Amino acid sequence: MSALARTLPIRAFDVAEIRMDFPILSRQVHGKPLVFLDSAASAQKPRAVLDAMTQAFECEYANVHRGAYWLSEKATTNYEAAREKVRAFINATSDSEIVFTKGATDAINLVAASYGRMVLKPGDEIVLTALEHHSNIVPWQLIAEQTGAVIKVVPINADGSVSVDRFADVICAKTRIVAVAHVSNVLGTVLPIELIAQLSHKVGAKLLVDGCQGIVHEQVDVQALGCDFYAFSGHKLYGPNAIGVLWARAELLAAMPPYQGGGEMIAIVTFEKSTWAEAPAKFEAGTPPIVPAIGLGAAIDYLNGIDRTAAAAHERDLLHYAMAELPKVPGVKLVGTAQNKASVQSFTMDGAHPHDLATVLDRSGVCVRAGHHCAQPLMDVLGVTATARASFGIYNTRGEVDALIVALHKAREVLQ
Amino acid sequence: MTTSMPTAPDTPVMISPEMTFAELKDNFALFDDWEDRYRYIIDLGRKLPPFPIEFQTEANKVRGCMSQVWLVPGHDVSDGRRFAFAADSDAHIVKGLVAVLGILFSGQTPDTIASIDPEVAFGDLGLDQHLSPSRRNGLVAMVQKIKEYAKA
Repeated sequence: MSALARTLPIRAFDVAEIRMDFPILSRQVHGKPLVFLDSAASAQKPRAVLDAMTQAFECEYANVHRGAYWLSEKATTNYEAAREKVRAFINATSDSEIVFTKGATDAINLVAASYGRMVLKPGDEIVLTALEHHSNIVPWQLIAEQTGAVIKVVPINADGSVSVDRFADVICAKTRIVAVAHVSNVLGTVLPIELIAQLSHKVGAKLLVDGCQGIVHEQVDVQALGCDFYAFSGHKLYGPNAIGVLWARAELLAAMPPYQGGGEMIAIVTFEKSTWAEAPAKFEAGTPPIVPAIGLGAAIDYLNGIDRTAAAAHERDLLHYAMAELPKVPGVKLVGTAQNKASVQSFTMDGAHPHDLATVLDRSGVCVRAGHHCAQPLMDVLGVTATARASFGIYNTRGEVDALIVALHKAREVLQ
Repeated sequence: MTTSMPTAPDTPVMISPEMTFAELKDNFALFDDWEDRYRYIIDLGRKLPPFPIEFQTEANKVRGCMSQVWLVPGHDVSDGRRFAFAADSDAHIVKGLVAVLGILFSGQTPDTIASIDPEVAFGDLGLDQHLSPSRRNGLVAMVQKIKEYAKA
């Protein structure tokens, strides 16, 4: 099935055509056309994903693995085919390096609880950046508390960029784990993963990348990035929620103890002692998210079917257009203007709380996120309590940026 | 050095609504579009008694994700048995919605407070999306606090 998908010709990128693939984009909210600018929180799903999941439930559903009957074999084949699709998508060397999780948060918690507990000793250091999402902070705090390890934070620059020099200042012989976002969910900053990987490995530390925002905007090759763990969620990648991926180097997964116990993850169980299955099964206790995994596989097939280089250029165009137009609205200030950015733009408006902005924009059909974006430490660094954030996916248009601008002018009138 | 420093009051001035919820609903029905409704709500917030900055403390903060809300419980000055509260938000619309909660709850008897379903009331105004229990925002948390305080 995946072989067939790969042989399908790649469509030339046409945003009007792309929009037709996403049923929800034709709906209205509050009597206005939907302008969905919140894909960084969760992306909309193409028909192909919905169809694949319906097909899985209607025709090919049973529990996976060790079923002796045809239907279970079929479901298992589909589930494992999704794993192969993920492997190829991120250029991992083997299927067994792909662990399906509940989501990216679950994947990071897995690494912290399993790998972290295995290696961290009192005084060891975990290096994070000031722009991390709470899900790449709190799991490390939990394991630091349990092991006596210490968290060190790499500061960011005023424009939201991160200097490699700052990493060089913080990473030292005591560093065991470095955990960073590929792309900031608030600022859009793209982090120099290859260089951070080199610095980490020089001192023998492992690098985890929170790829939630990274994998949706660019082609990810985990081998080229040089990291040791890469975590992402399905629902931001135009797939369903309740499915995430942890990629880890085979030798790390082999050495790591299980994260949760249950069915599927064992080899032999007696009341005296149990032995574990090989990875990835070792980390997939219980019945896995079967249909969400199949849905994620369909999302990957969908993305493989479009010209992703052109899609990335389209997203960049939207970002640059928004970055040029937003400051023309009186009182609007951009938050996050690093050179290397993905299509995520935070902003504030003088005299208007981001929550109020989002509330008024909603009545124009414009969906933006407002708040601390699960990055309270970053808000402190930026000196704000909240921002409004517009994020652009493959299906957004310049016309939608225009609609945002018109709605912002209206909001300004209401809120001044 | 000076002896005439005014001492800070123990509590901010409690909200004592100038209209009933039925009157608010009638006023609301006069507006054709949401921009005007939000303007009206913001005005309601602006007319709230001042909430001095020294009460914007962590202890008085109601947890919410998008905006900050502070709440101080107390009693109606005209009738010490009735529950009242003072509250504030750093967001204008949220502050206006706080005023709507004031109209519903502040100065009411504990029995009345227990019997009011603010979700229904907000629904009558077309504002239900601001108070659905699934939204983990400051207003929902504020209603919970009001109900707890009124019971105590």
